[in-house]
Amino acid sequence: MTTAFETAALVREGKITAEAAVSAALSRIKSADGEIGAFIEVFEEDALRRARELDAKRKTGAQPGRLAGVPVALKDNFLFKGHESCCASKILKGHRAVYNATVVKKLLAEDAIIVGRTNMDEFAMGSSCENSSVQITRNPANTACVPGGSSGGSAAAVAAGMVPIALGSDTGGSIRQPASLCGAVGLKPTYGRVSRCGLVAFASSLDQIGPFTSDARDCALALSVIAGHDEKDSTSAAEPVPDYLAGIEDGVKGMKIGVPSEFFVSGLEPQTARLVLAAAEKLKASGAELVDVSLPHTKYAVAVYYILSSSEASSNLARFDGMRYGYSDAGAASLAEAFEKSRGAGFGPEVKRRIMLGTYALSAGYYDAYYTKAQKARTLILRDYEAAFAKADLILTPVSPTPAFKFGEKAADPLQMYLSDIYTIPCNLAGLAGISVPCGNTAEGLPVGCQLLARPFDEARILRAARALEKAQG
Amino acid sequence: MTAVEIDAGRIAKLARLELSDDEVKLYGRQLGAILEYIGQLGELDTASVPPTAHVLGLENAARKDVAVADENREAIIANFPVREHNLLKVKKIIE
Repeated sequence: MTTAFETAALVREGKITAEAAVSAALSRIKSADGEIGAFIEVFEEDALRRARELDAKRKTGAQPGRLAGVPVALKDNFLFKGHESCCASKILKGHRAVYNATVVKKLLAEDAIIVGRTNMDEFAMGSSCENSSVQITRNPANTACVPGGSSGGSAAAVAAGMVPIALGSDTGGSIRQPASLCGAVGLKPTYGRVSRCGLVAFASSLDQIGPFTSDARDCALALSVIAGHDEKDSTSAAEPVPDYLAGIEDGVKGMKIGVPSEFFVSGLEPQTARLVLAAAEKLKASGAELVDVSLPHTKYAVAVYYILSSSEASSNLARFDGMRYGYSDAGAASLAEAFEKSRGAGFGPEVKRRIMLGTYALSAGYYDAYYTKAQKARTLILRDYEAAFAKADLILTPVSPTPAFKFGEKAADPLQMYLSDIYTIPCNLAGLAGISVPCGNTAEGLPVGCQLLARPFDEARILRAARALEKAQG
Repeated sequence: MTAVEIDAGRIAKLARLELSDDEVKLYGRQLGAILEYIGQLGELDTASVPPTAHVLGLENAARKDVAVADENREAIIANFPVREHNLLKVKKIIE
């Protein structure tokens, strides 16, 4: 597949039309997605119409934007005006976005063409896409396996070569884990780096939007477009947005990369450990220095995360009451019953479980024991990273303790599924930037990703190291 | 660590979720196991540790109080599950 970088250059130079670029993506989706199931909906007519408009605009002499004619997919929790946006949930079935998310505005302003919405775990709660109320998504590397989650549809769409860029959201690993399992590059920017206006909220102190791409250069290009302050997201940071492509070829010479012993422990599948440590050695051979760092509170991250994210979710998801949009129970006798019936039938099992966990943690008599305790433990995790980043510029770890697993393998036991997020969660709790970069395949042909973490707003360094790793791997 | 017993029916009521009896039993058991796991946070001495709600240290953000026209009225109305004319219809709130 042509990268976003190449496609935009060809369209800008007039060597191909945007219509041709979009048609090619649509036909790849048509031939591949019947088996994969990455897309919930393809906006075929709308995408072709916008592509033709761009071609017509170009003919008048207008200079097309940085993503001219680049086909882009959106996870089903982004608002794209006039299109359905359902978070793969029954409670939002039929809901049409009434405005554009800020990232959607930014993509459109740079002449990207949005081609469809992708499958996800309902309300971004899950690690396999098995919690979607719409469909399953298969891993392009092995269709007997899950693509990861919650942004599994976006990861699979990029890994299968259907689109060069797909957006996802990452609350505890929902971009990096599916990127690792499918073999794509997936970036979770720093908390506050990208505006979340128009992203359906899951856990507001953790959620962040980021891109899936096939390489680090496309990732840098996509981030350059979507990053920046937005007055419509009060948590978005005023930090200036650099050109992430500018220094991306500069290599890792002299860079200090921390390897935390707490991440390479029993429970980490041996082939995954070997491939991730081999990536560290390749960066060393490219001029980086490997240093030992310690993150002693790592083992508490999953517990902290499930208290805080579920508490925030129980509050955020209170707005889905069946009144103003989406599924509404028609048979209720009272208002309270209408809420209970609409929510009881509209939400799937995992969403109900998390709303209940959060409601419990925030309820009278339990608030301090669970919610405040978790907030304090979050401080300890944050301090671990501050200390580690005093010694290292980047931290290198696995993304997922195992490669892609089979359908049903972890679905019956919620706690086992939660534990598979152990390596990605701390990044969100500490508000860091993190990426998953492919670092090889297991003997069974399943992709494995290597995670690079950086200090807040140091995405440029992550992308530089990711690019160096790609080059070292050939 | 002991399994945490929770009254899932009461929590569902607080969360405005109608659950079947089977769901109450299932979620009660699963939440008990999850809370038992979460109990390991008790090992941490956090007496002198401040809580973190937010990692950016942002001040309150405010924008200018200026009225902006909303052009989405028709689209918002089109999403209403039940409406009469252009009004959203809901159940009676005051008895």
